[in-house]
Amino acid sequence: MRIETRKLLDKSFSGAGWISVFLMVAALAIILLPIAWRGAGAFVFRATVEHRRMMLELFGVGDPAEVSAETAAAAEARRPIYDMLARFRAELSAMPVADRRRMAGRLAQLENALRDLLGPLPGDPIPVLPRQRYGQTRWDRALKKLETVLFRETWDYSDPTRMGRKVMVPRAEDFKGTSLEPFFADVKMRVADMLRPKLAFYWRFLTDESRDSHFFGGIWPEMLGTIYLTIGAAMFAVPMGIISAVYLTEYAGDDRLTGALRTFIGALAGVPSIVFGLFGLAFFINTMKVSQSKSVLAGSLTLALLILPTIIRASEEAIRAVPAAYKEAALSLGAGKGRTIITVVLPAAMPGILTGIIISMGRAAGETAPIIFTAAVSVGDPLSLLETLSQPTPALPWNVYNMCTEHQKLDELRHVQFGMVLVLVMVVLALNVAAIWLRARISRKLKG
Amino acid sequence: MGSSISLLGMECRGCAQELPAEIRPRISARDFSVYYGSIAAVKRVAFDMPDGLITAIIGPSGCGKSTFLRSINRMNDLIPRCSVSGSLTFDGHEIYGPDIDVIALRQRIGMVFQKPNPFPKSIFDNVAYGPRLQGVRDRSKLAEIVERSLARAALWDEVKDRLHDNALGLSGGQQQRLCIARSLAVEPDVLLMDEPTSALDPRATAKIEELMLELRGTYTIVIVTHNMQQAARVSDLTAFLYEGELIEFDRTGTLFSRPKCKKTEDYITGRFG
Ligand SMILES: Nc1ncnc2c1ncn2[C@@H]1O[C@H](COP(=O)(O)OP(=O)(O)OP(=O)(O)O)[C@@H](O)[C@H]1O
Ligand SMILES: [Mg+2]
Repeated sequence: MRIETRKLLDKSFSGAGWISVFLMVAALAIILLPIAWRGAGAFVFRATVEHRRMMLELFGVGDPAEVSAETAAAAEARRPIYDMLARFRAELSAMPVADRRRMAGRLAQLENALRDLLGPLPGDPIPVLPRQRYGQTRWDRALKKLETVLFRETWDYSDPTRMGRKVMVPRAEDFKGTSLEPFFADVKMRVADMLRPKLAFYWRFLTDESRDSHFFGGIWPEMLGTIYLTIGAAMFAVPMGIISAVYLTEYAGDDRLTGALRTFIGALAGVPSIVFGLFGLAFFINTMKVSQSKSVLAGSLTLALLILPTIIRASEEAIRAVPAAYKEAALSLGAGKGRTIITVVLPAAMPGILTGIIISMGRAAGETAPIIFTAAVSVGDPLSLLETLSQPTPALPWNVYNMCTEHQKLDELRHVQFGMVLVLVMVVLALNVAAIWLRARISRKLKG
Repeated sequence: MGSSISLLGMECRGCAQELPAEIRPRISARDFSVYYGSIAAVKRVAFDMPDGLITAIIGPSGCGKSTFLRSINRMNDLIPRCSVSGSLTFDGHEIYGPDIDVIALRQRIGMVFQKPNPFPKSIFDNVAYGPRLQGVRDRSKLAEIVERSLARAALWDEVKDRLHDNALGLSGGQQQRLCIARSLAVEPDVLLMDEPTSALDPRATAKIEELMLELRGTYTIVIVTHNMQQAARVSDLTAFLYEGELIEFDRTGTLFSRPKCKKTEDYITGRFG
C-alpha cells in the first residue's frame, strides 16, 4: 500500500471514530439533559406557603411560629377575595330564579377552581384527602391553576366540518355585570401575596415518605425498595456467580458437559426479563413458597437469576486473565488448589469481578419486568429489614411506569415522576462510575 | 541409600568420573522419563543432584530441561496428559510414589521461575505468603521470618524501608531476588531455578549468581540455564541434555574443559543449540 493511501485511511478511520463518539455523546445529552432538567424540578422549585404549612403539618418540618405567621399573612391577603365571594352569594339570593340557577352553577365551578388553587374555602368542612386540605404547594402548578380560575374551558363545535376546538372563556365575562366582575383581576393581582412563593431546596424528596399517593412528600419507599432489591439480588448472585466462575475456570474439565453448561449460561443472559419475572412468580412464589405473595425476597431472587450470567461471565474472564505465573508461584510455595484460588487468583481477579458485580447491580436497580410479578406494589410504606422477607415494596423503575399508566392525577405529579426518573438514572450512573473508579483504583494497586 | 554419587550418563561411554565419596545425593533420577501424551520429553535420564551443591542442567532449547526440573517438585501435575516413568527420589522417597504429600514436598523443594513472578501484594506479604500457609500467624514471628529471608536473598537493605509497598514496583532483578526470598521463607531443602536470570540485565544477573554461591552449602540447588558461562561460574556439577536424553554429567570444570562426548563439545563451543 502506498504511504499516502495508508495515511488517508488512517485519517478516515479516526474521523469516523470521532464522529461516532460525538454522536454518542450527543445522544446521551439529548436523553439525559431533559431528564436532569425536569427531574431537578422535584428538588428545586418555588414553594408556596401551602408547601411550608403541609411540610409542618404532615412531616413536622419547619418553624411553627414562622409558618403560622406566614399563614396568617396569606389569610389576610385572601380575605378580600373571600369577602367578595360572600358578597356575591348574598347578591345571588336576590336574583331572579333563572339567573340564579345559571349563576349558581358558574359559582360552584369557580369555587372548585379556587379550592384547587388555595385550598378549602372559609366555612368548608376539613376534607378527608390531604391533597384537598392544601392549596397548590408549587408555584409552577399554582400558575396553571390560576388559569383555571381565570378561564373556563369549553369546546367550540360551531363548524360541523371540523373537530371541536378548545376555547378559553374568561370567567370575568361569565360574571359580567355582577359584583364578581372585578374579582378576577383582583385574584390575579393578589395571587403572589396569597401563596407567597419562595425558592425551596427540597432535598428530603429522597428521604421523605410519600403522602396521599405522591401528592406530597418524597420517594423514600421507592428508594428503599430499590436499594433492598439491588442489594438482595447481589447477595444471592455474587457468591453463586463467583463460585460458578471458579468452578468453570479451575475445576471443570473441557468436556461436553461444561460446554453445554457454558452455552446454557450464555442463553440465560439472553432470556427476556419479563420471562424471568414470570419464572420468579411461578417458581419462587408458587412452587417454593418463599413468601405468601410478592415480596422483596422473591424479587431479589428473581433479579439474582437475571444478573447471574453477567456476574459469571465477568468473573470467568477476570479469573482467566490472572497470569498463570501467580498460580505456579503459589503452588510451588506449597499452597493447595483451593488456597491458591482464595489467596492469589481471586484477589488478582478482583477488579474484573467487582466491575461485573457493580454493573449488574446497576442493571438490577433499573429492571422493571422481573419485579412486576414478584416484588413491586404501587404504594407502600418503607419496609424494615425483617419485613423484606414477606412484604412487597414500591421500587423506582416500577413506580415510574406505574405512575404514568395508573395514577389518575399524573398531570399534577409530573415533577414527582421526573424526580424518580432522575434518581433512577443517577443511581445507575453512579453505580457505573463507581465500577470504573473501583476498577482503576484496584488495578493501580495491583500494578504497584 | 548409596553414599556416593553415581554418574550414569552411560550412553556416552566413559563419561563417568567418581566424585568424592562424602557427597550425599539429595535427588536421584534413575531411568526417569517424562511424557506429554505419548511423546517423551525426558528419556530415561539418570543422575544425582548432591546435597549442598549446585547442579546445572544445560542443553539446547526444547531438550526437556524445564520438563525435568518441574517434575522434581511435581509442577507438571498441572499439565493434563503429562506422565512419568522410572524412579525419581528425594532423600530416598519416590517423588511420584503413591503416599507422597505433594504439598509437603513442594514446601521442601522450592522453585524460582524464569520470569520474576511476585504476587501483586506488598513485599512483606509476598515473603510471608509461604509461612502463613503453614499457619504462622504471629506478627512478630512473621516479621522475623521476612527479615531473615530477605537478608538471605541479599534484598533486605534495599527494601527494609518499603516492606509494605507493592512488590511489582521493584526492579526486575529485585523482583527475582524477592521470589528467591519468598521461596527461602518456606525453609526448603532444595531450590529449583529455571533460567532465573534470563529476564535480567548483567548486573542483576551477577547479583543473583553471587547469591547462589552464598546459598551453596545450605541448600541443594538445581539450576537450568542457557548461559554456559553462568553454568561454569556457579555450578559444581553439570548435566547436558540433548533431545530429552542425558548426554553427559560431570564436574562442571571437567565437563567444560574436557568434555568426553562430541555432542557436548559441539554444544559448549557453540556449534549448535
Ligand atoms: N505442556 C506441554 N505439552 C506438550 N508438550 C510440551 C509441553 N511443554 C513442553 N513440551 C514439549 O516438551 C519438550 C521439552 O520442553 P521443555 O520446556 O522442557 O524444554 P526446555 O529444555 O526447557 O526448553 P527451553 O530452553 O526453550 O526452555 C519440547 O519439545 C516441548 O515442545
Ligand atoms: Mg525451559
